[in-house]
Amino acid sequence: MSADFLYGIEVVINGLMAGVMYALVALGFVLIFKASGIFNFAQGVMALFAALTLVGIMEGQVPFAHLINATFGTEIHHFGWHVPALLAIFLTVGVMVVFAWAVQRFLFRHLVGQEPIILFMATIGLAYFLEGVGDLMWGSDIKTLALGLPQGGARWLEDATAGLGGEDFYGFFIDKLDIVATGVAIVLVAGLIAFSQYTKHGRAMRAVADDHQAALSVGISLNFIWILVWSLAGFVALVAGIMWGAKSGVQFSLSLIALKALPVLMLGGFTSIPGAIVGGLIIGVGEKLFEFLIGPMVGGATENWFAYVLALLFLVFRPQGLFGEKIIERV
Amino acid sequence: MNDRQTGYVTEDGRQIGDVMLDLRDITLRFGGVEAIKNISFDIREGEIRAIIGPNGAGKSSMLNVISGFYVPQDGSVWFHGKKRAPLKPYQVARQGIARTFQNIALFEGMTVLDNIMTGRLNYTKSGMIAQAIWKGKAEREETENREKVERVIDFLEIQAIRKTPVGRLPYGLKKRVELARALAAEPKLLLLDEPMAGMNVEEKEDMSRFILDVNDEFGTTIALIEHDMGVVMDLSDRVVVMDYGKKIGDGTPDEVRNNQAVIDAYLGVAHDE
Repeated sequence: MSADFLYGIEVVINGLMAGVMYALVALGFVLIFKASGIFNFAQGVMALFAALTLVGIMEGQVPFAHLINATFGTEIHHFGWHVPALLAIFLTVGVMVVFAWAVQRFLFRHLVGQEPIILFMATIGLAYFLEGVGDLMWGSDIKTLALGLPQGGARWLEDATAGLGGEDFYGFFIDKLDIVATGVAIVLVAGLIAFSQYTKHGRAMRAVADDHQAALSVGISLNFIWILVWSLAGFVALVAGIMWGAKSGVQFSLSLIALKALPVLMLGGFTSIPGAIVGGLIIGVGEKLFEFLIGPMVGGATENWFAYVLALLFLVFRPQGLFGEKIIERV
Repeated sequence: MNDRQTGYVTEDGRQIGDVMLDLRDITLRFGGVEAIKNISFDIREGEIRAIIGPNGAGKSSMLNVISGFYVPQDGSVWFHGKKRAPLKPYQVARQGIARTFQNIALFEGMTVLDNIMTGRLNYTKSGMIAQAIWKGKAEREETENREKVERVIDFLEIQAIRKTPVGRLPYGLKKRVELARALAAEPKLLLLDEPMAGMNVEEKEDMSRFILDVNDEFGTTIALIEHDMGVVMDLSDRVVVMDYGKKIGDGTPDEVRNNQAVIDAYLGVAHDE
């Protein structure tokens, strides 16, 4: 096989891995949109906040340290302990559940029955609020997430595949972290699907996603389901935050990955979990492959815009996305 | 016949029990509009109770008050002899009051079977963690729920469409599936908002038969809103007549039929007040 072809395959594999990351973020959007019709602009910030909280808890940081010190003239920053990773993850999940409850209790409970655009604006407000709270709680410096996830290229894969393509080919270079992320994403999606198909609350969740009035009439509390859905989205945000944070450090630009989830949703449809996955993979592979094949001709940096142009094409020719519900209006 | 303690025996010999649901002096306003004006009536155990009246009389509002979708400004709802605090619709459902809607509220994306299964949600005690840990108990519960649902499916003769997504069904069958979902919850009180609206004669006959059978076989108390006077007279034990938010008649079908105020309301005599 020619080296160029093999490099093409490597690009596709790397694209798939990147796509998994996009899909992770898009998944959080889909969960909330399906159940409540709210397009949650804050999903990216939730990933950032979850990652910040995880690092903060692990490092034994005192939350709101700056605020406390400024108010009381103290000099405390650390509790002086380190929390094991697994325990810290559990605690962070707890924080995200409290966050879900608070969002429902103090924000959306007062906006029931409002126009979608109002709800969307509310989530923009929420995004900036949460970013501020994250900053205030844990500080704005870039943090490293030391969960002990494998880093760097998978050497064994490189060595094993080096012989495939003659002298110019050095083997597939795949980031170990990407492999882990893919595994985690598969488990997460399988878990979510099992949850929504086979458990009581999963069924109730699907019922609410389908028809609010009918859900109420069979005894489902909308409020409870919305807290549940925001908690799940918080959990998904934590997973996305861990993966992205481990890759590029926990910093405020993390919240911008939410923007990359938008084209993914345009492709996959806003209401489909499989759609979020497939959409993520297509965007991931598409932009890597485009950069590899066309990039050199147009001076590179196509990854910045390819996804959005693809999304635009979808908007024109298939606005409901690949898996979204077809928009038919009977007259 | 209005004795609160002893109940009565119907013409066809069914024993009607004590008062199950008692509505006292209910007034419901939307802004300046009074949809329900100081109405009182009761529903007894085992009874088929109809609420009739011209369009806009406030019948659906009344049903919405009973099922918790509307909260009346005045008056009280008594259920099984206890005054009910203002409840959310899902809390009412959990007390054993199931309902159908005038405009059908089904989960369109789910199959008929899944739709009816949602009626059993409140009988699923194991939460998500319990379901993951005590698999055996959750499975027993699931089997039991499935059996109950299959019984309802047989009863309403919808075996053939069990796996069909509800969105693809014709109107008449949707109505039946909605009834099935309400029945799956094994309600003490079943509220039907125009169960026969928009149906042809044959479908109406089927639905009437189902309503009578439900009452007969499960002993379910039923309150229904219906426009078709013939159907109402055949089905119901007692009838409440509403007009412009007021109660203008209450009694057996025969009593109501001969009530001058009711005749006027239906034939359209000028309201001189």
